Amino acid sequence: MSEVFAPASEAEACDCIASARSDKRTLEIVGGGTRAGLGRPVHADAVLSTQGLRGVTLYEPAELVLSAWAGTPLTEIEALLAGKQQILPFEPMDHRALYGAHGEPTIGAVAACNISGPRRVRAGAARDSLIGVRFVNGRGEAVKSGGRVMKNVTGLDLVKLSCGAHGTLGLLSEVTFKLLPAPRGSGTLVLEGLNDEQAIAVMALALGSPFEVSAAAHIPSQKRTLLRIEQAPDSLTYRLEALTGLAKPFGPARRLSDSEAHEAWANARDAAPLADSPAAALWRVSIAPSRASAFVNGLRTQNIAQDWFYDWGGGLIWLTSDLDWRQSEAIFTAAALAKGHAMLVRAPEDARAKLPIFQPQPEAMITLSARVKASMDPDGILNPGRMYAGV
Amino acid sequence: MSEILFPVPDPAIMDRRDAILGDLAAIASPGCLIVSEDERRAFETDALTAYRRMPLAVVLPRSTEEVSALLAYCNRAGLKVVPRGAGTSLAGGAIPQEDSIVIGVSKMNRILDVNLHDRTIRVQAGVTNLSVSEAVSPEGFFYAPDPSSQLACTIAGNIAMNSGGAHCLKYGVTTNNVLGAKIVLMDGQIMELGGEAFDAPGLDLLGLAVGSEGQLGIVTEATLRIVRAAEGARPVLFGFDSSEAAGACVAAIIGAGIVPVAMEFMDRPAIQICEAFAKAGYPLDVEAMLIIEVEGSDAEMDAELARIVEIAHAHNVSVVKESRSAMETALIWKGRKSAFGATGRVADYICMDGTVPTGKLSYVLKRTSEIVASYGLRVANVFHAGDGNMHPLILYNVNDPADQAKAEAAGMDILRLCVEVGGCLTGEHGVGIEKRDLMRCQFNEIDLAQQMRVRAAFDPQWLLNTAKVFPLDGRVKA
Repeated sequence: MSEVFAPASEAEACDCIASARSDKRTLEIVGGGTRAGLGRPVHADAVLSTQGLRGVTLYEPAELVLSAWAGTPLTEIEALLAGKQQILPFEPMDHRALYGAHGEPTIGAVAACNISGPRRVRAGAARDSLIGVRFVNGRGEAVKSGGRVMKNVTGLDLVKLSCGAHGTLGLLSEVTFKLLPAPRGSGTLVLEGLNDEQAIAVMALALGSPFEVSAAAHIPSQKRTLLRIEQAPDSLTYRLEALTGLAKPFGPARRLSDSEAHEAWANARDAAPLADSPAAALWRVSIAPSRASAFVNGLRTQNIAQDWFYDWGGGLIWLTSDLDWRQSEAIFTAAALAKGHAMLVRAPEDARAKLPIFQPQPEAMITLSARVKASMDPDGILNPGRMYAGV
Repeated sequence: MSEILFPVPDPAIMDRRDAILGDLAAIASPGCLIVSEDERRAFETDALTAYRRMPLAVVLPRSTEEVSALLAYCNRAGLKVVPRGAGTSLAGGAIPQEDSIVIGVSKMNRILDVNLHDRTIRVQAGVTNLSVSEAVSPEGFFYAPDPSSQLACTIAGNIAMNSGGAHCLKYGVTTNNVLGAKIVLMDGQIMELGGEAFDAPGLDLLGLAVGSEGQLGIVTEATLRIVRAAEGARPVLFGFDSSEAAGACVAAIIGAGIVPVAMEFMDRPAIQICEAFAKAGYPLDVEAMLIIEVEGSDAEMDAELARIVEIAHAHNVSVVKESRSAMETALIWKGRKSAFGATGRVADYICMDGTVPTGKLSYVLKRTSEIVASYGLRVANVFHAGDGNMHPLILYNVNDPADQAKAEAAGMDILRLCVEVGGCLTGEHGVGIEKRDLMRCQFNEIDLAQQMRVRAAFDPQWLLNTAKVFPLDGRVKA
């Protein structure tokens, strides 16, 4: 069992990292522990927990902005926002069902892993809403970038760089997100019985319509294609009707009840349709929607893809497979050929240690990424190798 | 006076000019190398015209490979490079140095691919902002960032400065609308950052490159998100008897959970100047005006406007005037977007760019007037109120050096004020040379050193746009 440090302040976190650096000890950064399965396994000398860094530091509802220490539970933030009818725009996925984890997701991990959900097609990813960070770099220095105003790339945007870096560049200590007013109404249409090509076509039509479709998913195992609109009540009625008309060539669209819709989107967000799959590997593939069904078909004819579903209008594919070198290589190669990228999200521990987790990158990109890593964490003590060897 | 410093040109490079021109001529394709003094003069400044430096040479390459060969050569020869789009930077981001080579992307201006299914467009980076929207507008789509200079400014420049515009309140700024970029590093390596999918693998180097002001590389191609236009859009003019009331109204609208597609602010001097130019029907007897644009079907716009009008009445709005035709809409926006040009007809001005929390707008407007008045100058305010992005235009006489010094000093005071109230030095124009020496107001040495180390990972010799962004003293090389 590794030693666990849980600094109670950013200053303590600085000391902790500075002394780890001078002792040449590596640190694995942990928040609520609910997303520990993401990325390559890290074998560090000690654990650095954000559990002591808690609390909302700024909430200005009239300015649509919130800051919190990284270890603040997401539920606490969402409850606070709900009180003012506001939301985090990007609908972050909850990984607990996938990983069978029981902790409390933290806001820091949402930023560190750039965790988004179905609304990403309309409102952007976590990285698009993250407007400010404070972090402790591998030198043990507290650094700030961005701020609390919506347009603020003054100097280099280390906010975007930190987001999705899986803690390899620094320990995020405080994060600032811009918010959105909660939708005043939400309605979901379902079309049934479409094949993948038809479903992606109707989703493209919907997302390219003026009706501001806020989510579009297709779940082949349920033969359901879901389209969501979030608007004020009058507008919602009008737009659902207009969208139903638009989708007519693909068949009749039925509106789900609010509770059915809520459940359907929570499921799509959390990859629930595949969470109970016995398959060895669960993949997440990011791809241009127009290439998505051909990508899946290719893997299906090679008997690699077992089950799958699409979110983001086809731009995100969740897919299961067996797992050895052959499958891994086939999926990464197919993703590269389709100009997309794959990520192994769930796999047995021994496979995670041996196989690539993230889409292999050209050597020049790895070299550049390693130089960026060294500029933030010169001795490579923070989450070493979490993303790629050396990064 | 507060003249912005430029690094002293390296005499060793100035002496080698002939040899360097020979080398560049061997690399550049025919007609792309500019050496004569007359022709170079067009490149000695950008939209921060108070500062001019004649570059050693200018190259306008036609391909990514040519940019690569040029940068590789400059890197080997230790030559400074100043990247350039259309030269519309208001912060001096494209102003050269005497010992630098300007590499402009304006000849790389083709649209490469339009993909309506995936709602993306791939372009060469020298294409103008407006031509991207024009390429997809027949199909009902547009490219969201719309800086006032969109007729001239390039996507390369937009990416370098993370440009915004009037409509980014709803649709985001450049960084939210770029999916991928081909970037050439200083050593000539061509890298693909991001791509055509929503997310990219690995570190978000694309997010880092956007807004990096030509410090990390030269972007030659980009894949952009395009957005389907709403069924209709309607701007409405709201006149107020005080700037404070208009500022408070903006905060109240956002606070009520309404995010209109645009909320633009003009004070009395700006209204007078723009109305005289554009004849847009702006109310002339008010102290401040908001242009608020709503989108959707007619019924939806009516409903949203009703809510906005109610809030405006609570803030004592004195004039409410809706656009009633496409022509009126076009004129309303023409007036707003030509604000800088129209101001240029009545006086010289410097256009400042800072961002403040929207709750502080009223206070900052009041202080801005006081600051500028204390220097004996006048100010016109025209800016993106919804996201707190201020653009005070400080009017002065460019032929009077004392006046210029006062205008610059007032501008710096205003930017310090922006930082003081919790905002930042930039909104959408970047740091450039203009705000370089104010970076320490917003960042401490540790913050700046970290940014500089990241910068050095891309360009260890600090050859790219080297006089910009970071104060000239205390630079961290690795």
